[in-house]
Amino acid sequence: MIEWTGAIVQGILLGGLYALFAAGLSLIFGVMRLVNIAHGDLIILAAYMGLTTTVLLDVHPFLALLIVVPVMAGLGYVLQRGILNRTLGDDILPPLLVTFGLSVIIQNVLLETYTADPRKLAGGAIETASVDLGGITLGVLPLLTFGIAVAVIAVLQFIFYRTSLGRGFRAVSDNQDIAQLMGLNKAHVFGVAMALALAVVAIAGILLGMRTSFDPAIGGGRLIFGFEAVIIGGLGNLWGTLVGGVILGVAQTIGAKIDPGFQILAGHIAFLIVLAIRPNGLFPRVEH
Amino acid sequence: MSELLALVGLNAHYGDFQALYGLDMSVSEGEVVAIIGANGAGKTTLMRSISGLLQNASEAVNYRGQPIGALRADQVAGFGIALVPEGRQLFPSLSVEENLMIGGKLGRSGPWSLKKVYDLFPILLERRNQASTSLSGGQQQMVAIGRALMANPELILFDEVSLGLAPVIIRQIYDALPGIVGDGMTAMIVEQDIKKALSVSSRVYCLQEGRVSLEGATNDITHDQITAAYFGLAS
Amino acid sequence: MSGWVVTRSTRASRAAMVIGLFAMVVLAAAPWWAGRADLRLMGEIYLYLSLACLWNLMAGYAGLVSVGQQAYVGFGGYMLFALTVFGGFHPVTAIVLGGVLAALVSVPVAALIFRLRGAYFAIGTWVIAEVFRLSFAQIQALGGGSGSSLPVAIVKEIGAKKAAREAMSYWLALGAALIVMLSVYLFLRSRRGLALTAIRDSETAAAGLGIDIWRTKLEVYVVASAFTAVIGGLIFLQKLRISPDAAFSVNDWTAFVIFIVVIGGIGTLEGPIIGTLLFFALREVLADFGTIYLMVLGVVAIVVMLKAPRGVWGLIRDRYDLEFFPLSYRVRNKD
Repeated sequence: MIEWTGAIVQGILLGGLYALFAAGLSLIFGVMRLVNIAHGDLIILAAYMGLTTTVLLDVHPFLALLIVVPVMAGLGYVLQRGILNRTLGDDILPPLLVTFGLSVIIQNVLLETYTADPRKLAGGAIETASVDLGGITLGVLPLLTFGIAVAVIAVLQFIFYRTSLGRGFRAVSDNQDIAQLMGLNKAHVFGVAMALALAVVAIAGILLGMRTSFDPAIGGGRLIFGFEAVIIGGLGNLWGTLVGGVILGVAQTIGAKIDPGFQILAGHIAFLIVLAIRPNGLFPRVEH
Repeated sequence: MSELLALVGLNAHYGDFQALYGLDMSVSEGEVVAIIGANGAGKTTLMRSISGLLQNASEAVNYRGQPIGALRADQVAGFGIALVPEGRQLFPSLSVEENLMIGGKLGRSGPWSLKKVYDLFPILLERRNQASTSLSGGQQQMVAIGRALMANPELILFDEVSLGLAPVIIRQIYDALPGIVGDGMTAMIVEQDIKKALSVSSRVYCLQEGRVSLEGATNDITHDQITAAYFGLAS
Repeated sequence: MSGWVVTRSTRASRAAMVIGLFAMVVLAAAPWWAGRADLRLMGEIYLYLSLACLWNLMAGYAGLVSVGQQAYVGFGGYMLFALTVFGGFHPVTAIVLGGVLAALVSVPVAALIFRLRGAYFAIGTWVIAEVFRLSFAQIQALGGGSGSSLPVAIVKEIGAKKAAREAMSYWLALGAALIVMLSVYLFLRSRRGLALTAIRDSETAAAGLGIDIWRTKLEVYVVASAFTAVIGGLIFLQKLRISPDAAFSVNDWTAFVIFIVVIGGIGTLEGPIIGTLLFFALREVLADFGTIYLMVLGVVAIVVMLKAPRGVWGLIRDRYDLEFFPLSYRVRNKD
């Protein structure tokens, strides 16, 4: 019994990481109806940036965040204004195919730069540290990851609903023309939204890299996990992505407990079940 | 009175369709100018062209002598031009107060603030935390006007503010207009209801099929002239 | 006004037909004039051309942008192995049956993923492909995660000698490509095809005209998936070895196919042909560079999408008003 409880708790904590994958996707879809196929590859790119930073400067991955987060945010702004803004419109093909092309480019640049060998970020003592809670041993790193995920979503929620920037996001999302009349330059607003999304991607990438090994090919899988968390939680709901991530994480750890080869499949099946029963997710956004 | 806005041979297109043909217009500081005309005469296109929602040749629209015809709407807004769009078009995801606050996004200084807007439309103070979609049409129109005022514009454009509203609400809104433009704000008012338009304006332009068919001081223009210009009868 | 006629065919399209028929005869005779390596390459070209035509039908005409058609390539491949090894079927029968089974599987799959709109549909198809990959990796009888080879006895059913086998798989690939292109062409010319074009141009308007959008999209999805599975069977008949990672590779069966269609010209029939030729030409030139080649493809696809969204064929068509597969009607003076 305690073993199963353990698996469920591990799954909940894993869900925090998936929520971080999902939050950026949810944010940019909410603001500009853009689905970024390269999202997962950007997470892996951030992990490699973390690797280079920790190796070059000989610092802990958490300190690397100070460099990787702003660099990824800047990259997001440039990417959005330089390329992605030109793809937005009524036709869904251009953004989809352009981000798909971007995904292939990022993968192969990473492959060329870092080879296909799996790498890992050295987190030091925190990787093995654990705490004992009523017979269940929990890793400090997964706990911290979950805490960071909650904090990141809380901050995004605050920005979205309590700040002038967030009002701008919502206004542009509602009606681009009228938002322009208010003096909002939508090209800039979209750039800022992508910068914010990639800042979250940077955090997700570093935490992923400390938790497991990574290689240039695993981006697609991370995109899928993030996407599943978004759909399970309900489109346009940031806290929903946390719930979606947790459901996905728990399904995976329970699946792994049944059979190690069943881990990822169990997550996909949980997603398909939600899609069959509640196509709009468990907590779709209610317009107020 | 110095010239604030000058349109010089403004042509406006939607794709292959031309909506305005070589429009010339001039608005001086402090004036209230009414734009009248039948459906499809080009009134809303004119508003979209001035506000930058529709981009045109740069020199076709001049503001304080500066060409602004090719600028985007957010750049035009920076000059102090605000539009109350046709059909209100509030932001549904934003509350009443947030709609007003985003109007003040540019942070131009001037007499208008949240408090002044609430003084003008007290009902909005009561409803300020509600979703803008939960308001009645008239209240939504008040938010749309308040949102434009929050920008502290020099030139405010009203596009069909009375459309679809009950007569009593229309009267309320028009009663509030002198309080708005009294501070020396310049205004252009697009209106279907000619009597209403004439009652608040000092000068009037009548559009017909994308061209100016009549122009003059409100007091000098006769009913027959307007009828002729409106329907395109030879005068 | 009696001098005007409405027609679909043009001088270019009739010339294309004559040249096309002649080319068919030459290509069909390839086993007698081409070397073994060339024969293999041409077979591969036909199969990619088929995948490109099918993806183009879905994405370019029905608005079903999928990044998960590798689900059916892999499914068809695995059905070839399963039905020959365990069912005792002849490989060609197994490949056709694989297509039928794929059609059956695609219906419930569509019922699920059609709930996702636009770009989310795309990622949904990818999830399905992953489910297929992970499921087939669980089947130990088919080699599990490491895969298996087609037994020699079954390979011999295609042809006793190596040369005969290679000629046979070449003809099968050529035949499949012809059938796929002809089917897509005839489908687009039919009433259903017109409905599809109407949907692409405006979903609301099409619904207003009484076109059942959901049903039409479903038909396209099922037919494209069935054909894709057949092509998958033929691909692995050439390779003679299958594994989950190779069978359900998003790069090999979707990324390349998307690049082919985008570069050639999405939403046109000629696009996939031009795209396939360009793709293989680029590959022959840049093959030694591996990852660089893929980066170049990615960059080219992005530039094409931004600068010339109708691809290379779109540029040619705009300049010369050509149409080799007459789909549109033209008004022409008889005299």
